[in-house]
Amino acid sequence: MALRVKALESLLIEKGLVDAAALDAIVDHFETQVGPRNGARVVARAWTDPAFKARLMGDATSAIAELGYAGGQGDHMVVVENTPTIHNLVVCTLCSCYPWPVLGLPPVWYKSSPYRSRAVIDPRGVIAEFGTRLADEVEVRVWDSTAEIRYLVLPQRPAGTDGLTEDALAALVTRDGMIGTATL
Amino acid sequence: MNGVHDMGGMVNMGPIELEADEPVFHHAWESRVHALSVASPTRANIDVGRHQRELIPGPDYLAMSYYQKWFRGLSELLVSLGFVTPEEYAAGQADPKAAKATPALLAADVGPRFSRRGSFQRKAAPAAFAPGDAVRARNLNPPGHTRLPRYARGHVGVVVALHGGHVFPDSHAHGKGEDPHPLYTVRFAATELWGAAAHPRDSVCLDLWEPYLERA
Repeated sequence: MALRVKALESLLIEKGLVDAAALDAIVDHFETQVGPRNGARVVARAWTDPAFKARLMGDATSAIAELGYAGGQGDHMVVVENTPTIHNLVVCTLCSCYPWPVLGLPPVWYKSSPYRSRAVIDPRGVIAEFGTRLADEVEVRVWDSTAEIRYLVLPQRPAGTDGLTEDALAALVTRDGMIGTATL
Repeated sequence: MNGVHDMGGMVNMGPIELEADEPVFHHAWESRVHALSVASPTRANIDVGRHQRELIPGPDYLAMSYYQKWFRGLSELLVSLGFVTPEEYAAGQADPKAAKATPALLAADVGPRFSRRGSFQRKAAPAAFAPGDAVRARNLNPPGHTRLPRYARGHVGVVVALHGGHVFPDSHAHGKGEDPHPLYTVRFAATELWGAAAHPRDSVCLDLWEPYLERA
């Protein structure tokens, strides 16, 4: 694969269809500028700032942009909140849609056939496979990203974190917690 | 298109393989495929790109990794849209007589490109449905691109949100323009989709365009 990709890259640069420096900048952006820590900052802010949380639940794209996160695969954000009685899980059954500006690029399992196929028919089984057993009384809402709306789960704030700073709270937020395959 | 990419509701695809401390890319070539796909002039139409990957024959699709699919989709699209001739692709060299293009994306534009808000929202006809309305996903089996998964077809749900008009992939992927239609989030009870054995509290929400829906 490496040789075939290199050949195509050389051809496209030679034809002027792509810029070599732009390719490096794109790789750098996705390796260093975006990732789940962005989403974790959004979550920690929502936990500590009720006015921000209200904006986030009303117009997530604009509220997230307040923290500087925007762009492709995050143009139409919706935040869904976990509560003691509701648990949300995000999937894209048709391809691999994922909110890049706040979570970065998706892990391999998110893009894999086992997850894409099973998340909608057996969400409790999938979540159990990640190590969390949801109580029968909890309602599970699965969000299948079939359009350009991108979903971010707002996890429940862990108990015993009252005195923590926003940064310390952000450190508790996991990628899987914001996809909904785990609780915090 | 009723392809294997439309896999919601299938089982027995194997365990979900988790990887601790997973890198963003597992091989350098994956990062180049990603960057090429994003920088390519073919990226101007995301629906065409999605459909091209759906056209990978099922057995191949299931056997390929994510970035292998992206590479194949990108390669085929560059040729089918005429950015690269089959001869150039095979040779890995540009036709010396061909005019040199100007890259759609320069390095200085990468930062702004990924921090600027875009939108798929467009002006469309007034919405026929409102939150709270019961709707049925139509039994559509188009030969081309669609974002209405098979598992929802024929089932009744409730509109929970209206997102205004959005670019309609079924048209946009096939050279028929953006053809915007109202986009809704529709909640389907798990028991409606999967039968009485499903958990009575659970549901699945899908984002569906008005042409996919009829009043229930």
